Amino acid sequence: MTRQLGTRSKRVLIALTAALAWGTARVPAHAQAASDTVVIRDATILTASHGRIEQGSILVRDGKIAAVGPSVDTPGGATVIDGSGLFVTPGLIDCHSHMAIDGGVNEGSISVSSMAGTDDVLDPTTVEIYRAAAGGVTTANILHGSANAIGGTNAVIKLRWGKDAEGIRFEGAPPGIKFALGENPKRSNSSLQPGTERRYPATRMGVIDVVREAFTDAVEYQAKWRRYEAGDTAGVPPARDLKLEPLVEVLEGKRLVHAHSYRSDEILQLLRLAEEIGFKIATLQHVLEGYKVADEIAAHGAGASTFSDWWAYKVEAFDAIPYNAALMTERGVVVSINSDSAEEVRHLNQEAAKAMRFGGLSEEQALQLVTLNPARQLQVDERVGSIDVGKDADLVLWKNHPLSVYAVAQKVFIDGQLYFDREEDLARRAALEKEKQELLAKEKARREPDDKKKAPRVPTVETTRRARPRWEQQP
Amino acid sequence: MGIVRWVLPILCLGLLRVAVPAAAPPPYYAIRDARIVPVTGPVIERGTIVLSDGLITAVGTSVTVPPEAEVIDGTGLTVYPGLIDALTTIGLPDTEPPQAATDAPGGPPPQATPSPGGPRRPASRGPEDRPGSTPWQRAADNLDTDDRRIVRWRSAGFTTAVVASGRGIFPGQASVVNLAGERPGDMVVASSVALPVSLQPQRRSAGRSAGFPSSLMGVLAYVHQVFLDTQHATRVAEAYAKAPRGQKRPEYDRTVDALAQVLADGRLVLLPATNRTETLRMLDFARELELRVALYGAHGAYEVADEIAAHKVPVLLSVKWPERPKDADPEADESLRVLRLRDRAPSTPAALTKANVKFAFYSDGLETPTDVLTNLRRALDAGLARDAALRAFTRDAAEIFGLDDRLGSLETGKIANVLVTDGDLFDEKTTVKLVFVDGQKFEPVAEPTRPDEKPTTSEVDGDAQGGRP
Repeated sequence: MTRQLGTRSKRVLIALTAALAWGTARVPAHAQAASDTVVIRDATILTASHGRIEQGSILVRDGKIAAVGPSVDTPGGATVIDGSGLFVTPGLIDCHSHMAIDGGVNEGSISVSSMAGTDDVLDPTTVEIYRAAAGGVTTANILHGSANAIGGTNAVIKLRWGKDAEGIRFEGAPPGIKFALGENPKRSNSSLQPGTERRYPATRMGVIDVVREAFTDAVEYQAKWRRYEAGDTAGVPPARDLKLEPLVEVLEGKRLVHAHSYRSDEILQLLRLAEEIGFKIATLQHVLEGYKVADEIAAHGAGASTFSDWWAYKVEAFDAIPYNAALMTERGVVVSINSDSAEEVRHLNQEAAKAMRFGGLSEEQALQLVTLNPARQLQVDERVGSIDVGKDADLVLWKNHPLSVYAVAQKVFIDGQLYFDREEDLARRAALEKEKQELLAKEKARREPDDKKKAPRVPTVETTRRARPRWEQQP
Repeated sequence: MGIVRWVLPILCLGLLRVAVPAAAPPPYYAIRDARIVPVTGPVIERGTIVLSDGLITAVGTSVTVPPEAEVIDGTGLTVYPGLIDALTTIGLPDTEPPQAATDAPGGPPPQATPSPGGPRRPASRGPEDRPGSTPWQRAADNLDTDDRRIVRWRSAGFTTAVVASGRGIFPGQASVVNLAGERPGDMVVASSVALPVSLQPQRRSAGRSAGFPSSLMGVLAYVHQVFLDTQHATRVAEAYAKAPRGQKRPEYDRTVDALAQVLADGRLVLLPATNRTETLRMLDFARELELRVALYGAHGAYEVADEIAAHKVPVLLSVKWPERPKDADPEADESLRVLRLRDRAPSTPAALTKANVKFAFYSDGLETPTDVLTNLRRALDAGLARDAALRAFTRDAAEIFGLDDRLGSLETGKIANVLVTDGDLFDEKTTVKLVFVDGQKFEPVAEPTRPDEKPTTSEVDGDAQGGRP
């Protein structure tokens, strides 16, 4: 689901610090590190894969982590960052986001909208990207909305603020697609305009039927192309169908299915259908009742991407508990915590931390909920998700422990490049505000002559009437 | 008796309307001793231009004036090629312009007017329903010579317009028309020059969702799919034509059929793009589908001019610069991105010139041609050279649509679309003295004070009695 704003207003600490940065446009000057070689020294490193290194150092070269340990070589010309008193984590990964999408998150008109895709409409200039990066997030899974049993295709991006759409794509990340079960695709919660036909499906049975039918078509389409490619049919190649192509890729294991789901029964329904047709569900999204069917999810090999404590915004989201992430983790499911919100994405670290309080996950397990686990779910864990030699240098430098309420991201690196620097951000705000005021003044000056010309010279009846206080007006 | 009483005045009116322009039909004109700006060559400080029977037959310092020509003393006057409005709905009074602007603040777009009395179209359920697609329609076939903007635009020096409807995703083919003519057919220079594509989602009409596509990504998917279908249909049709016997006949699809023809004729596909992101998206799209395209809108092209140049794609630039909406909430907090676009959009033409991008201007729904020139002055203030501005309004516009062999400059053999002013075209004080369209002379008519002014009573009566249903 796409989250309603303002449902939880209590967590504002990080949000506030990041929300103030409203500047836009090209790569700010600071987004480039002075050199391609960076050393972060003497920081507490939470690797997310092999524990914590007190007073550790990281060498970054050519965008990759070249060394990590209690001490690393400092090559000449390297930019050295003193990390004493600070924490370093891998860049956070949000497995469910709808930011940076132009012109609508849902192609909600039809029940199978797989021909549409967020990858076609990325808007790399939205300030949401910068604000998310300010919360320590470096990678996000940009999903289509949940209005359709089979929704549109996705885009995995790195939050390289200032780059073009091509430049923010996570190159090499496997493509995916959104599925959705339950109330959203059956339109239980959307008001029906008078005179509008009710869209099929209207029940959970129908949702599964739509998925089954779409895959029946996809199997046929796949066979048609296979026959052609094998040379069994002469002449013109079959017509391409943008709706069925992504589904064939799902069948061939080339496209990951991210399935929005809440209730345990619909989760089982989908897992069984997928197994029957012969494809895998990569992640179940939201999956608030996942704790009830954790064994089945683990047996299928699906990941679960859930919320820490966000529920009860509709009937199917009632039977939720804060122990969900921890319980599924215990049963062997790869679990991540996602934001589904341009606000919550700014404090994903604290969302993860709640799994330590509710369910007793370790520090590393909790951190993995927003780093290594979502990387595994998106099948990009070879590249990101932990601080290991050879991985992309997506790193966050935190003041205070990143799993505490006091954590504030200080510097955020993506591919070894500095994309957020809190000090520079604070310094830049005055300049941006000045630019804004100047532009407004300029515009006003241009508009003013017009306004004067048009202003009535004598008060008209209307203006006189408006000027009288309300209580004096005759009924 | 009764019939005569009705018919006579109608006949008279009819005769009168035809007779007025026909009253002075000498098709030969010579403008002597004028400053001539041919656009394709150096300015002739004191020269003569001869217009004969709708064409330019001589331009230069020493040309012989045919004895039958009406000679106009051009002392103190400047002669330009007639201006071209590169994308408009002039002559299509009931349509709306193609919309490129995505920076328009809030609020749903106006509702589409359902055809009166016609059956309601069911909501589209996917690409196969061909939503918002009427690519077989040509603007040239729907012209209304009574559109008052024709006189208004002509009086400001515009002699030609690229006309297209903006209704739907594939609203139909754009036509090039001259802004004078008794019958629609008289106006048409080229009935099909381009295929505008709009990326506006289907609109709600009368409270009902119009169905697929309801989002930008849906529209893009649809446009992509329909071009794929067109490529496929073309191949199938070719294969079938070779040996129809024993083959299932190809399915007829009006949308695909029209698109196939448009692509086979090598027409330009017009894609909307305002900012850098949209521009790069459209350039990618064009490359993927191997389309020959021009971009329209382009207010933010100043930040992507080099990339446009690298793709060798021309631009139709809207001179309706983004403005703060008149009814905007004075307390509204606008983002820096919006403010920057509003400030810098007028610098786009200068940036495009610098990057060597071919571009033309279009009025984009501005209500009067005065607004077009007023807005253009902001571009001049932002660094656009006057000769570049003139080229964009004349030769370059003609070239983009492949008509530079007949329009856009003062050269022998070209269509006699000519503008005569009493000074530099872009000076605020300059007035238009004469306009020639297809060699026919027009005196400018003063612009009504309100652009939406109702036609005079006599015309209304005339129309009413003219027996229109």
